[in-house]
This record gives sequence, C-alpha cells and structure tokens, in this order.
Amino acid sequence: MKKTNLAIIGGGPAGLSAAICAASSGAKITLIDDSLELGGQLIKQTHKFFGSKKQFAGIRGIEIAKNLLQEIKKYKNIELIGNATVTGYYEDGILTIVQGSNGDIFIKLLPDRIIVATGASENMLTFVNNDLPGVYGAGAVQTLMNLYGVVPGNNVLMVGAGNIGLIVSYQLLQAGIKVEAIVEALPRIGGYLVHASKIRRLGVPIYTSHSLKEVYGNDGVEKAVISEINKDFEFIPGTEKELKVDTVCLAVGLSPLSDLLWQAGCQMKYIAELGGYVALRDDHMKSSLDNIYIAGDVAGIEEASSAMLEGKIAGLNAAVSLGYRVDNFLELNRNLRKELEELRANPLSEKVKIGLEKALLKREVDQ
Amino acid sequence: MLEKTGLPTDDDLKKVIPDKERLAKGAVVIIECFQKIPCDPCAISCQFGAIKPFKDINDLPQVDFNKCTGCGICISACPGLAIFVIDNNYSENKALIKLPYEMLPLPEKGKEVYALDRAGKIVSKAKVVRVQKIKNKTNIISISVHKNMAMKVRSIKVEDKKNEG
Ligand SMILES: Cc1cc2nc3c(=O)[nH]c(=O)nc-3n(C[C@H](O)[C@H](O)[C@H](O)COP(=O)(O)OP(=O)(O)OC[C@H]3O[C@@H](n4cnc5c(N)ncnc54)[C@H](O)[C@@H]3O)c2cc1C
Ligand code: SF4
Ligand code: SF4
Repeated sequence: MKKTNLAIIGGGPAGLSAAICAASSGAKITLIDDSLELGGQLIKQTHKFFGSKKQFAGIRGIEIAKNLLQEIKKYKNIELIGNATVTGYYEDGILTIVQGSNGDIFIKLLPDRIIVATGASENMLTFVNNDLPGVYGAGAVQTLMNLYGVVPGNNVLMVGAGNIGLIVSYQLLQAGIKVEAIVEALPRIGGYLVHASKIRRLGVPIYTSHSLKEVYGNDGVEKAVISEINKDFEFIPGTEKELKVDTVCLAVGLSPLSDLLWQAGCQMKYIAELGGYVALRDDHMKSSLDNIYIAGDVAGIEEASSAMLEGKIAGLNAAVSLGYRVDNFLELNRNLRKELEELRANPLSEKVKIGLEKALLKREVDQ
Repeated sequence: MLEKTGLPTDDDLKKVIPDKERLAKGAVVIIECFQKIPCDPCAISCQFGAIKPFKDINDLPQVDFNKCTGCGICISACPGLAIFVIDNNYSENKALIKLPYEMLPLPEKGKEVYALDRAGKIVSKAKVVRVQKIKNKTNIISISVHKNMAMKVRSIKVEDKKNEG
C-alpha cells in the first residue's frame, strides 16, 4: 500500500494551487488527475481571463495552467499520478485509483489528508431528439476544438448565454464556424456583458427569454426550432423560429462533481446558488470530516480565480493540520481569505455569496 | 436593453464618449464596459494615468480624457475587447478607429474591409491603415472610416478570399 501525507484529487486550478501551497510546507503530496494533461478546465481556455492582476487577469487560461505546472515541477515532494481516476474512498481512509487508458493499473493509496478538487460536470437539457448526433455539451465542443483541433460542425446553435455559452461561441467563431444564434431562457444575459457585446459585433444574435424546443434530423441534427418563453418558462405558441444548424451546443450550467464526498460521508446539502449538492465546509475549506478538504468548482461553481484561492487555503490548512510548519501561516491564511472576499465583492457574485453562506460550517473556536 | 441584447443603448454610450472638444483634439480612448465585473487590466496597463486606478477590482473604468494620449496600449490588455481609440483628426473627412481583433486571417494594410456596427451589421467599407501584432494575440487594427461612422463602427470583416473577383 502506498502512503502519502496529502492526496489531492483533481489537477485543475484548485488542485494545482493546493499542491503548490501545501508542498512549500514540506509535506509529501500526491496529486491524482484523470486527464492526459494537467490543468483541468484551464487547458481548454484560449481566451484571456478576468480577475485581478494577482490572479493572472488578462492572461489566457492555457498560459495559467503552464505557469502552475512550472511551479509544481519545482517541488520534489509532489508526486503526480496522471491519466488516473480515483474511483472510491473507503472507510479505512483508503483511496482506490485506476490508471492507464485501459484502466489496468490499480493503486491503493492511504493519505493522512485529502483535498477533493474534482471540478464539475455539465448539465443536460431535455428537448425532443436531444440524443441526436450533433448535440454536444459546451465542454465537449471545447475539447474537440481547442485540444484536438477538430471542428464539431458548420452551423451552431448555442443554448445558454452564461459565460461558458458566450466564450465557447466566441471560440467557435474564431475557428471559422458560423454561430447562428444564442438562446437564453432567462430574460437577461447571465455572462459578462463585454463578452456578449463582442459576440454581437461579430453578427451573432442573442435571444433572451427563448429556449430550444425541438431538434430535427435523420442521422444528425439538421434543424432546430427555438421559441420565446414566458416568465413561467412555458413556450409561447406562434413564436417559433426555425434555424438550419447541424450542431446544437448546450451550455446550461455545471454541477459539482461530488460523488467521492458523498461516498466519504461528508455532510452534503443541495444549494442551488452553488450549482447543486456540495459538501458543507468551514472557512478553511475543511468538510465536516477532519481529514477531507474541498476546493474549486466541486465546492460551488465559480471561477478559476476563486478556485485557485480556495485551493491555496485548503492546501495550506491541510498541511498545517498535519503539523507541518508554514512561516506566517496566520497572516497568509488571512490574506488569502481577504483576496477571496475582494474577488466576490461584485453584483454578479451575490448569488454565490448567498450560497456560500448556506454552505458554511461554523467552527467552534476561531483563531 | 444591454442585458437583454448585448448592445449598449445611446444612454449607455453617452456615459463613455468624450465631449466634442476632446474628440476634436484627436486620438482618445472609448471604453465600452458598463457592468461591474472583477477585472482590472485596463487600469493597470495605462502608463499615462488616464484610467483611474481601481479602488476595488469590481470598479468600472473611469477615464480622464485629458490625460489619454490615444496610444492604444489598453486595447489589447482588456479581456472583454471593450476598448477602442477614435481619432477624429485623422483627415478632413475620415476618422481613424483602433480596435481589438482576435480573428484570422488578419487584414492586410492598405486593403479594404467591411466595417461592422455593434450588432455586426455591415455599415460601410473601411481602409486598413495599420495592423499591430501584439504578443498576447489581441491584435490592434487601425481603420479609417467616414467621420459620421466613427461612433458606429466597432468591428471589421475581412473579405473571404474565395469570394473575391
Ligand atoms: C468555457 C469556460 C470559460 C471559463 N472562463 C473563465 C474565466 O474567464 N475566468 C475564470 O476565472 N474562470 C473561467 N472558467 C471557469 C474555470 O475554468 C473553472 O471554474 C475552474 O477550472 C474550476 O477549477 P477546478 O480546479 O475546481 O476544476 P477543473 O478545472 O474542472 O479540474 C478538475 C480536474 O479534476 C479531474 N477529476 C475529476 N474527478 C476525478 C477523479 N475522480 N479522479 C481523478 N481526477 C478527477 C478532472 O478531470 C479535472 O482535470 C471558465 C470555464 C469554462 C468551461
Ligand atoms: S489609449 Fe493609452 S493613454 Fe489612453 S487610456 Fe489607453 S493606455 Fe491610457
Ligand atoms: S479590462 Fe476591459 S473588461 Fe476589464 S474592466 Fe477594463 S474595460 Fe472592463
């Protein structure tokens, strides 16, 4: 059996930041990620990020991933297990890991502490023929285009005008693909308006209070019918529009990938503002179980910038809880929390803040 | 309106367009960023102190148009591609627009391109005056358009090679 001080599950911005922060204390870290390349969502993001200069604003997602990986390589006490999925957590504290493209390598790992930074999975939408080839999740479209250089289709209907829908639309346009329209069920655009405006300038209409009704086609998507909806989200008859598209891309939200936390028996709660079921946590990102910490989208759907800060907080506190020394720990911890607070001090984060309030475990003693 | 369509209204724009006197003096920035979001690269990029330093990362950019030299550095720093520079003094009847461009192929200097408004509608033709390749890949294209188009044109479309004559 393999042993380690700290197992970090997930190599996105949250997991990587956690590893760097914890490694500086000298603790032995094992980071497990199921992709071929580390970086999580970041490696698909070819656009420049928002956030403050400190959190890499104005830098493209892929570049941020590269920076984090370079940092990681500096630490001899970080072990990376790539192309490997953590499949289970057992009562005796053991993680089971399946590695390799055929899944034929089996590893048992006993960590003193665990940080779950597994990110999120995409939501599906119900409509007639949603199983036709040509209906994709936005994440799949991004992976095809930005990792493998494959175009998903020629004429796309984007469903969802949150940041992901807007950004993926922009990336499709950059790849020379026509985006026929973006539909959004809510009466207003959910993503950043600067993103919306830059897509409008390229001639793509955005229909708010509209949804996708049906998709037609034989072997794949041939056309899509969109329709206006009322405030109860019911289709308004007679408002249908037919679009000739061969691809429908769904960007209708993400849900925290929290299976391992359920399995471990963490206290879980459905919090709509955070995207679904999340583990309750204290302000050190520790779950209701003393050995399990969380960070990033699995703790609530937010941003890479907040994921990195949460990762640092979790990494720092997990290492210190094991008795490792970090200079200026209290000050560092306080500063990280302050940075998070500043980041969330905008009207668009109101929802997230309400959710986080609901997800907070109050610690008995506060240092 | 902006929240529904992604298009700023005249009222929105009024807040960010410099007055006539400043416009008449030549190149000046117009920042079409109307929503508080956690983002500050514009303020940090300006070397002339024309974009007021942010107190809070969520502040809206505030410009002191008299300090702005129209250099255009901020254009490629902005992840929202929301920044433009307008020079109404370019020639007797033409204005120069510097805009951010992340599409390929890049237009060629001296060639004509379509000029698009904020809704992506072709509203005129424009001449490409300068193509600045920027390291972060948000390139800056300078185009000249008729003066009455200076506040309308915000994007370009490079003619498809295949469809040319
Ligand atoms: C289109 C798009 C645009 C975005 N733009 C921005 C932006 O401009 N600014 C910004 O701040 N944020 C942006 N984000 C959000 C940002 O990418 C995410 O919030 C961030 O990546 C979350 O980080 P994470 O580490 O929690 O999760 P992820 O990045 O999702 O990483 C999780 C990793 O864990 C792995 N994993 C999951 N389960 C297991 C398991 N059981 N075993 C092993 N490995 C596992 C996954 O494969 C993945 O590699 C964008 C997201 C998208 C989709
Ligand atoms: S154009 Fe130049 S001087 Fe004007 S705001 Fe931008 S960076 Fe500053
Ligand atoms: S950098 Fe661009 S999007 Fe960000 S605040 Fe400045 S103008 Fe707005």
